[in-house]
Amino acid sequence: MSALKLSINGKSHTIEVDENMPILWALREVVGLTGTRYGCGIAQCGACTIHLDGEAVRSCSLPVSAAVGKKIITIEGLSAKGDHPVQQAWAEVDVPQCGYCQSGQIMSAAALLRENPKPTDEDIDIAMQGNICRCGTYTRIRKAIHLAAEKAR
Amino acid sequence: MSAYTTFDRRSFLKVTATAGGGMLIGFQWLTACQPTTAGAANTWVEYNAFLKIADNGQVTIMAPNPEIGQHVKTSLPMIVAEELDIDWKAVLVEQAPLDTDKYQRQIAGGSGSVRTNWETLRRAGATVRDMLKEAAAQEWQVPVSECTTENGMVKHTSGKSLAYGALAAKAAELPVPEEVIFKAPADYKIIGTRAKSVDLDNIVTGSQQYGMDTKREGMFYASIVRPPAFGQKLDNYDDSEAKAMPGVTDVVRFDDKIAVVGTSTWAVISAKAKIKANYSAAAKLESTDGYMQALDELAAKGSAEPRRQDGNAKQAFRQADKVLEATYQAPFLPHAPMEPMNFFAHVQEDGVELYGPTQTPASARRETAALLDIPEDKITVGMTRMGGGFGRRLRTDFVLEAVQVSKAIKAPVNVIWTREDDMTGGIYRPAYVYHYKAGIKNGELAAWYLRAASVNSGNGTRQDNFPAGALNNWQVDYNDYASAITTGAWRAPHHNFAAFSDESFVDEVAHELGKDPVAFRLELLEKAKSRPGGEVKFDPDRYAGVIKLAAEKAGWGQSKPTGVYQGIGAHFSFSTYVAQIADVSIEDGKPKIHRIVCAVDCGIVINQSGAENQIEGSIIDGLSHAMYSELTFKNGQPEQHNFNAYRVMRIGEAPVIEVHFVKNEEAPTGLGEPGLPPVIAAVGNAIFAATGVRVREMPFTKIDLRPKDNLLGELIK
Repeated sequence: MSALKLSINGKSHTIEVDENMPILWALREVVGLTGTRYGCGIAQCGACTIHLDGEAVRSCSLPVSAAVGKKIITIEGLSAKGDHPVQQAWAEVDVPQCGYCQSGQIMSAAALLRENPKPTDEDIDIAMQGNICRCGTYTRIRKAIHLAAEKAR
Repeated sequence: MSAYTTFDRRSFLKVTATAGGGMLIGFQWLTACQPTTAGAANTWVEYNAFLKIADNGQVTIMAPNPEIGQHVKTSLPMIVAEELDIDWKAVLVEQAPLDTDKYQRQIAGGSGSVRTNWETLRRAGATVRDMLKEAAAQEWQVPVSECTTENGMVKHTSGKSLAYGALAAKAAELPVPEEVIFKAPADYKIIGTRAKSVDLDNIVTGSQQYGMDTKREGMFYASIVRPPAFGQKLDNYDDSEAKAMPGVTDVVRFDDKIAVVGTSTWAVISAKAKIKANYSAAAKLESTDGYMQALDELAAKGSAEPRRQDGNAKQAFRQADKVLEATYQAPFLPHAPMEPMNFFAHVQEDGVELYGPTQTPASARRETAALLDIPEDKITVGMTRMGGGFGRRLRTDFVLEAVQVSKAIKAPVNVIWTREDDMTGGIYRPAYVYHYKAGIKNGELAAWYLRAASVNSGNGTRQDNFPAGALNNWQVDYNDYASAITTGAWRAPHHNFAAFSDESFVDEVAHELGKDPVAFRLELLEKAKSRPGGEVKFDPDRYAGVIKLAAEKAGWGQSKPTGVYQGIGAHFSFSTYVAQIADVSIEDGKPKIHRIVCAVDCGIVINQSGAENQIEGSIIDGLSHAMYSELTFKNGQPEQHNFNAYRVMRIGEAPVIEVHFVKNEEAPTGLGEPGLPPVIAAVGNAIFAATGVRVREMPFTKIDLRPKDNLLGELIK
């Protein structure tokens, strides 16, 4: 166990954890931010996607020690009032079914739009390929990302 | 269309001073959590199991059924709100716990939530609307016939009006009307609109709670070691290394399972890997090749007692001009919902609390009572929103695990399954083998004979599927294969395979007869009206209606871009009619699906957005499993453990989807399942149209569809 200092959603947290614990479980069970979801544990489904220094990463497969000195942004911190263009577009299109994968989908989409403010369908397919939705909301996800791109302009 | 109904006179009325919690819906972005009505609620009048109104006019509607992503937490309250005649945006929705006195059939299964609650929910809203109207009439001392309602107000012909909140207490003192008149569909203001999921804002901000997020004072986490192969039992184990791991508080055994208990999920799943267990075989440890062959042989035997028999198929084959034969098959599939299994239990001396994702809370309570030998009224069951389920959460094995662990450690516990546990822990869509024979006589389909086999299914056929009843000679036989591999309901049980194989074989017959596949189906449906073969379990006109609508919208029979071919699949399941047309091309010997056009007849559509979403999702689910997925076994062990080896559809493979609903005033039916089955046949039939190759097994991507001369070219290279 070590005391690790982390920057999460703009706030500094010092937590006592096994430093091999994946960021996912530290966020969910130590810090109490449960919006980041467990889906596979091996970086195959994308439900656990967060931003680490602005880049979309799978928090289930990175030890918490790898986040020291970096800025973690989770779904709870993506926007102060839940009004990031991607969140607004997701609501407008009524994307979710069960909703479980959607935190990860939204975090991947937000990272895509920062890199590429006007993605094509093909860009979206490539960037979102790592996020599984078993309910099958893919066509709505594509639509919502285009809408978010418009809103951000 | 309006209907009279007799109200079951029960003493529902109850006035409470507690403000119920709940999720405010329909609020504006950025003004979240500001109720649209002024002031705080002081007194709530609970009129019936579904509805309460506060003195400030706030209306709370209970969502009775488990929410698994099918949006019944939104659609069921919409029905109450419609008849109550209020502004949907001002409604609070609350998830009800299990209460078998107040609610009927609290199950997420059989696409039955809307269908079975339609009458009850309309009555719940309409009786209260009439009581509020009566209260206003008495207040104004006018005939009730001069009063109307609109958006949470009672209005009088003179122009006077009173808000529901101001009438709530007075209305509660009135007798519950025995008869009410339901609204005519033409007057609907909420039903048929595009309402967003009531949990939408919680989902997009990450604050939505699922079972995995349950955390209570003094709660432990547990991860369970189960026998790795179906058919094995646990002999003994060494837990010394696991127990020495940080964060591990206990290791307990029950049945053939070992639970590692601790203070965090990471601690218990890490320690679980350190358990050294020895197992021995208690049943046959099966492998994929072996059981597929066994199923094939079992199916070929036929059965002495058919599941359905009209006329004499065997005799008709002897008299036929030609007999077609084909064998279809499909593998086991896990459900693989995004949220793996988990459940919370707290077993105490005086009662048990169960809380978590379950499609059948009543079964969870009943089986817990049986396990602990306590009365059911000592057990409460709370339902979380579920991260999918697809039938897996109709079972209670994971609930009973939590009960066993909590009982053993005398503390509250959340049992968490890893993805590997979820994929290898059992309850699968069974494997199938179907042998078909069709007899052709004088250019017509004269006889149909299906001999089927599946695993631990009781009846793994849907013997009344189209075209049953449309021809004189029809027989369906079934043999069940007993296996240690556990099986259960998987979205649209048996239909998910039967629709693929039936609708593909219908296509084979159409091509043999040189008939257009759409025209051939319509011809059979026309024949079904005269019932030459006995019972017809579907409405041929509604069935034909979706086929015609899909064909029209998809441009069936019209020219297509080069290399794009169409196939049709149509199916009736769970009281809903669905037809789908797939546009497919072949690229590098693999099918590429460009577009699915879908027509649905589910009667009245409650929530247009939710309904379209269900169909879109069902299509993706069907395509995903048709194209990519299979669970194989070696010596009783599943060979795919996670999404790296078990493939599901990803966004880049998702086609364009168009959904069209037939507009009518039939009572609404469910949409959670019926959109899935026909799409598999639609793609298979399009592949045939493109290549002349008939795909008779899933997943389709295993089949090399390169033309033979190309294949030769590849070999020479």
